[in-house]
Amino acid sequence: MKSFTILIVDDSAAMRSLLVSTLETLGNLAIVQAPNGFEALRMLPREQVDLVLTDINMPDINGLELLSFIRNNPIYKDVPVVVISTEGSRKDIEKGLSLGANEYLVKPFQPEQLLEIVKRFL
Amino acid sequence: MSSSSVPSSDAARDFLAEAEEIVEELGTQLADLADMAEKGTLEPDLLNAIFRGAHSLKGLAGMFGFGMIAEVAHHAENLLDWLRMGKVSLTTEVLELLFASAELLTSLLRACVDGTLDQHQAAATAHAAAISAYLNPTAPTVEIPLLEQLGLSESLMGALTEYEEHRLKENCSKGRHIYVVHASFELATFDQGLSQVTDILKSHGEVISTLPSVGENMETHIDFDLLAGSDRNEQEFAALLKDLDVSIQVAGSAGAVSQSEPAPVSAPAVPEVEAAAIFPDKAGIPVKLPVLEGATASPDEPLTAKSMSRTVRVDIGKLDELMNIVGELVLAHSSISSIANRMRAEGFSRMAIDLGKAAKGLERRLTDLQKGVMDIRMIPVGQLYEKMSRIVRKVSREQGKKIELKMYGAETELDKLIVEDIADPLMHIIRNAIDHGIESPERRLAAGKDERGTVRLSSFQKGNHVVIEVEDDGGGIDIEKIKQKALSKGVVQDIGGMTDREALDLIFMPGFSTADTITDISGRGVGMDVVRNNIAAVSGMVDIETRLGQGSRFTIVLPITLAIIKALIIFCAGRTYAVPITSVVESLILEPADIKTVEGKEVINLRDQTLPLLRLERLFKIDRIGSNPGDQYVVIVGSAEKRLGLVVDDLLGQQDIVIKPLGTAFKALRGISGAADLGDQRTILVLDAGGIIGETMRSGGA
Repeated sequence: MKSFTILIVDDSAAMRSLLVSTLETLGNLAIVQAPNGFEALRMLPREQVDLVLTDINMPDINGLELLSFIRNNPIYKDVPVVVISTEGSRKDIEKGLSLGANEYLVKPFQPEQLLEIVKRFL
Repeated sequence: MSSSSVPSSDAARDFLAEAEEIVEELGTQLADLADMAEKGTLEPDLLNAIFRGAHSLKGLAGMFGFGMIAEVAHHAENLLDWLRMGKVSLTTEVLELLFASAELLTSLLRACVDGTLDQHQAAATAHAAAISAYLNPTAPTVEIPLLEQLGLSESLMGALTEYEEHRLKENCSKGRHIYVVHASFELATFDQGLSQVTDILKSHGEVISTLPSVGENMETHIDFDLLAGSDRNEQEFAALLKDLDVSIQVAGSAGAVSQSEPAPVSAPAVPEVEAAAIFPDKAGIPVKLPVLEGATASPDEPLTAKSMSRTVRVDIGKLDELMNIVGELVLAHSSISSIANRMRAEGFSRMAIDLGKAAKGLERRLTDLQKGVMDIRMIPVGQLYEKMSRIVRKVSREQGKKIELKMYGAETELDKLIVEDIADPLMHIIRNAIDHGIESPERRLAAGKDERGTVRLSSFQKGNHVVIEVEDDGGGIDIEKIKQKALSKGVVQDIGGMTDREALDLIFMPGFSTADTITDISGRGVGMDVVRNNIAAVSGMVDIETRLGQGSRFTIVLPITLAIIKALIIFCAGRTYAVPITSVVESLILEPADIKTVEGKEVINLRDQTLPLLRLERLFKIDRIGSNPGDQYVVIVGSAEKRLGLVVDDLLGQQDIVIKPLGTAFKALRGISGAADLGDQRTILVLDAGGIIGETMRSGGA
C-alpha cells in the first residue's frame, strides 16, 4: 500500500523541519517539502500528494495562489489543503477558506493541534 | 573550534541560523530603503520583502518559543504593514524606528545564544511603545478606485492577498493600465520562462500577482496569469512582450485605455491587440503573438527533480571536522613523501621514483581539496561592511555629525569565523573614529575642512593575510593628551622619554579612555584593550598611525583562515615548536655580541628600537643538555603592537599545520595555543605569541 504523502510548502527551512519532525511522530508517512510555491507546482504532478500544508506568505507565488491553482485544476482539486499562517493575516486566512482551504492553522500552534488536523485527513 | 554557547537542541539551532539570516538581510534591505527614501523613490517590492522578513521572523520565533523576539518582530511587522499599505509614510523617524527594530532583534538573537534574553525585557517594551505611537489611525485614505470596474475574473480576484489588492488599487490610482498576461510553460522549466516575462513586466511597471492556472495541456504544462500595472498603453505593452508566447488582456476601465488607437508604426510585426475585459466567461480574444526560437523551453528537456534553491546551510563545526580530516591527509601525504625520499636514499630507486610521483599527484589533489574546503568557509568581508554602514548611519545621526563612509574591497574573502569575531572590534574602531576622530561640522568648517567627515573602510589581501584599514580624516590623536591622561590615571608613572609609539600603545591599556566624557554609544563601554584582545584572539594584529589635525588610521592584519595555518617550525633546547606565521614579524641570526642587558633583561637593538629577548627554555623551564647551542636565531613575534624576540636554536622551515586544542586540563597554560601533528608522527606544541608576550610583560621580562 502506498503511504500517505504530505507536501509541506514553506520558505523557512527551520519551519519545515519543525513540521517534519512533528509529523514523523505519526509514523508511516511520506513527507515531501518545497521551499517555495514554484517548487510545489513542480512537485504536485510528480508526487502523488494526499495532503498539502502550505504557508501563505512566500515570495513569487504565495500560498493563496497555490491553493487557487490546486482547486482549479481537475487533477488536484480534491487534494486537501491546510493553510498555515501567522496571526495577523486573518483576512488572508478567511480568503484561503473561501478559496477552498480545508483547514487553517495559526502560528504559533502546538504540535498536538497540527497532529489533530492532519489525522483527520489520513 | 565550533562555538560552544549555541543551544544544544537542533531545532533551536535551526531557528537561530535562519533568524540571524533574516535579521541580517533586514539590515541590508533597510539600508537600501533609506537610500531610496533619500532619493525619493520607493520600491514597493523592497518594502514588501522587508515586511515579509519581519513577518517570517515573527512566525518562526513564535513557533520556537521565543516570545520576546516574536513580540518585537510583531511590532516591526505592524509598522511595516502600515507602510506597505500606505497608511503611514516613510519619514526619518519611521526609518529610525525600523533600524532600531533590526538592531534590537540582532541583540535579542545574540542574547538567545548567551541565555541573557531576560535582560532585554525593558528594551522590548520600550520598542513596542515607540512603534505603537506611530500606528494611530490617520486621516481617511484617498478615494479607493472600484476594483469591480476592472472586470477581473473571480478566480484572479479571489486569490489576491490584502496587500496585492492594495497594490492593485495603488496602480489604478496612479492611472496605470492594468493588464493580465497569460502564459503557458513546460512544467520542467516554467520558472525560467516565467522570470523572462516578469523581468520585462517589472522593468516597465509592476507585477501585482502571479497566479498559476490551468491551461490546455495540464499534464505537461503550467499556465500563469500575471496581473500587472504599467504606464505603457496597450500597443506599447504588446510590443514589449512580442517575442514571447503570451496573450495579453486589458483590464476594464481602469484609466483611459484608448481602444481605437492604431498600432504604432515602430512595431509592425505585432498584430493589433484586441482589448477585452476579462469576465469569467473569457470573452476576450487573446492574441497569440509570434514566437521566437528559444524563447520557450525545449520539449526534449526531461522533467527534473532538482531543487531550485542552490545553497546549502552547513554548521561551521562540520567544516572544521572536514578541515581536520584534510589536515590529517596532508600529514599522511608528508609521511608518504618522506618514505619515498628514504627509499631513494636507500637505493630502491625505481620504486622510490614511482612512489614519489604518486605522492606528487596526491599532493596536487590534496591542495585542490584543501582549497575547496577553505573556499566554503570563505565569505566576502562585504557582509561586515553592511553592518558597518548601518552603524555609521546610526552613530552619525546620534552625534549630529556628517559622515561619508567609503568602502573598498568588499569582495575580499575571509574565514567566516574570523569575519564573525572581527565584527565587534571593527565596529568599535569605527565608532571611535566617529565619536573621537571626526569633529563636529562647525569645528571642521573652522579648521578649513569639508563639513562632511570621511571614514574609509578598505580591505585587501596581502600574502597570507587580509588587511582591514579604517581611516578617518578627523582630528587625529593628541599624543600629549594621551600621556597626560595616562599619568593622571596612574596607568604609567613616568612619561619622560616616552616615544610617540609607546604613547599610542597606551590606548590599548585596560581602563584607558581619552574622551573627556565617556559616550556610551554602543550600549556598553568597551575599551580599546578589549578590541586588541579580540583581534589577537583570531591571531590578528592592530596598529595605529595618526597625524594631529589630519586623522588616524587603524590597520588590522588578520590571517585568512584559522583552520589550516602556515607555521614556522622552530627548535629549541631539544624540543620542536610551531609558531603561526601570522605572528612572526621577521627572524634573524643572533649575534651574541649584540645582546645587551637592561635592568637584568636581555635586549638587542634592532633598527634603533630596543627589542626584548626571551629564551624559550627559560619560559618553559627546560634544562639545556650540553652548554653550547651554537649559532642561534631570533624569531621576532608580534601581537597587536608589541614585539618580542624569541631566541631559538634552529629554524626548521615552514609547514601547514592544523591546530588542535589541548583540552581543558591545560587551559590555564599561557603561551601555548594547542598542539599540531607533524608528518612524521611527532606532535609538537604551537606557541601563542600573544600569550607569551603578555606573560613576559607581566613577569617583568625574560
